[in-house]
Amino acid sequence: MSTDKQEREPLFSTKNRKLLTNPLNIDNPITVQVLGICSALAVTAKIKPAFVMALSVIVVTTLANLIISVLRNGIPPRIRIIVQLVVIASLVILVDQVLKAFVYDVSKQLSVFVGLIITNCIIMGRLEAFAMGNKPWPSILDGIGNGLGYGVILIVVGFVRELFGSGTIWGFQVIPEAFYELGYKNNGFMILPPMALIIVGIIIWIQRSRNPELIEEK
Amino acid sequence: MKALREFVDKQKPHFEKGGRFEKLHSTFEAFETFLFVPNTVTNTGAHIRDAIDMKRTMIIVVLALIPPLLFGIWNVGYQHFLSNGMAPDFWPMVGFGLLKVLPLIVVSYITGLAIEFAFAQSRGHEVNEGFLVTGMLIPLVMPPDVPLWMVAVATAFAVIIGKEVFGGTGMNILNPALTARAFLFFAYPSEMSGDRVWIAEKADAYSGATPLGHLLVLDADKLPSDWAMFSGLIPGSIGETSTIAILLGAIVLIATGIGSFRIMASVVTGGLVMGLLFNLWGANAYMDIPAYQHLIMGGFAFGTVYMATDPVSASQTNRGKLIYGFLIGLIAVLIRVFNPAYPEGMMLSILLMNVFAPLIDHYVVQSNIKKRLKRSKAGTAKV
Repeated sequence: MSTDKQEREPLFSTKNRKLLTNPLNIDNPITVQVLGICSALAVTAKIKPAFVMALSVIVVTTLANLIISVLRNGIPPRIRIIVQLVVIASLVILVDQVLKAFVYDVSKQLSVFVGLIITNCIIMGRLEAFAMGNKPWPSILDGIGNGLGYGVILIVVGFVRELFGSGTIWGFQVIPEAFYELGYKNNGFMILPPMALIIVGIIIWIQRSRNPELIEEK
Repeated sequence: MKALREFVDKQKPHFEKGGRFEKLHSTFEAFETFLFVPNTVTNTGAHIRDAIDMKRTMIIVVLALIPPLLFGIWNVGYQHFLSNGMAPDFWPMVGFGLLKVLPLIVVSYITGLAIEFAFAQSRGHEVNEGFLVTGMLIPLVMPPDVPLWMVAVATAFAVIIGKEVFGGTGMNILNPALTARAFLFFAYPSEMSGDRVWIAEKADAYSGATPLGHLLVLDADKLPSDWAMFSGLIPGSIGETSTIAILLGAIVLIATGIGSFRIMASVVTGGLVMGLLFNLWGANAYMDIPAYQHLIMGGFAFGTVYMATDPVSASQTNRGKLIYGFLIGLIAVLIRVFNPAYPEGMMLSILLMNVFAPLIDHYVVQSNIKKRLKRSKAGTAKV
């Protein structure tokens, strides 16, 4: 299919738009495919690291999808995983260096999890499932879509956890001092990773009750 | 009684299909069966029906909770006045205790029942009675000074995440009351542990540590006497201090056959065995605590009688119950001794074993199947 001469498709045809929007909704990498959970639990205690992590993953999925899609006809199938890993690893090292150079404190907080983007199933999964068989432009869209789908969940979880766990948003105090004087306390459970799992669970619950087609048949 | 029945019957059509309040059907149904034994009978197949339904079961558990509740109310007052160096009569103590305990009960019931009713309405099924017991258990495992809004948040968490997510009463994996307590324990540790929270409005100079709190700082000398821990004249969560009151409840539960004596006996055995093993080892002060003291300290007795025996989250098979109970006792003492930062080992070990209960049942059933297959094979070989 990839080498056939087809009619020229508009850049944002319905099919291409679906590539962008499906991962945000019925094909979300975290809540539907249940990939990339590990980092979603680890970096979402505050919204800022969650945002930076989301951005890094978007960059890596998009570029990796593009590069692999360009190379797809030249990669011998038997060593394709190694080639994919080399591409992802180089991109992740680049991202890591950029973070260290420009947002050092966040990079410190994310610590090992930036490096672990290499093992993030979402990226590998998109390369295998999509970029190996599609042209560069749809691959870019697919990469952005999946990165966004991952990022949205990360930021929602980070928002809830930071608001109730620390009383702040993006590091700024939003719960007024008066509340604390009345006896309000930050919820320490929110800071712990199990709560992230519960929040992801609640998001899945809401999403499924709104999209009945996601519910498996019994 | 008859007038009430007639009144209920008169209102009934409004709540049936097509009536004015059709949407509130499950609410009406809940109140009707609360007042009268339902007259519905099983209409397919042959079933052996017990006269006792879920509502009566739950009511008996609530009855069994009354001794620890009454003692807890008095003890809250007693500890308060003791810490302030006063010694009033019986009634002021009870009065003060009521002032502290009643709001907890009201908040727990209102939050929990509101959520239960909302879920029952939206899912179109009847309101289950499970919360009658949970709503009473939650205040009893709280320290007397816990802020009310925290109780409400914890109750909501326990009912939604601990129960309704899995499909409501009877489907939950974890004991909801312990889920509420565990939530508070991890969310607001300063309100749920330490030596400040166990006595309501205590005087500053007075040490309010529980026996387990004394052990945390290796203050074994300050441990109350065995009699104080057994009778319950110590600071602690509202319902758990008095082993005597809990034993009264245990008698009710065992006599009516509602609480499993297998679980209770095996939890106690597990705790004793682990305590004795540690006594033999004796490497530090925790390990030297006499094994029997583990049974009367902290929430061990309360957990054994009311939490571990929860029919939904416990093992269902008889042999499974023994394994389940034994491991609860064992792990509770293990956590207390090896990780004093989590003084309430009982809560954590029951929750852990709740998760394992279906697995235990699975292997008990499988081993039974294997055994019988073997027997039948041996039988046919002989013939």
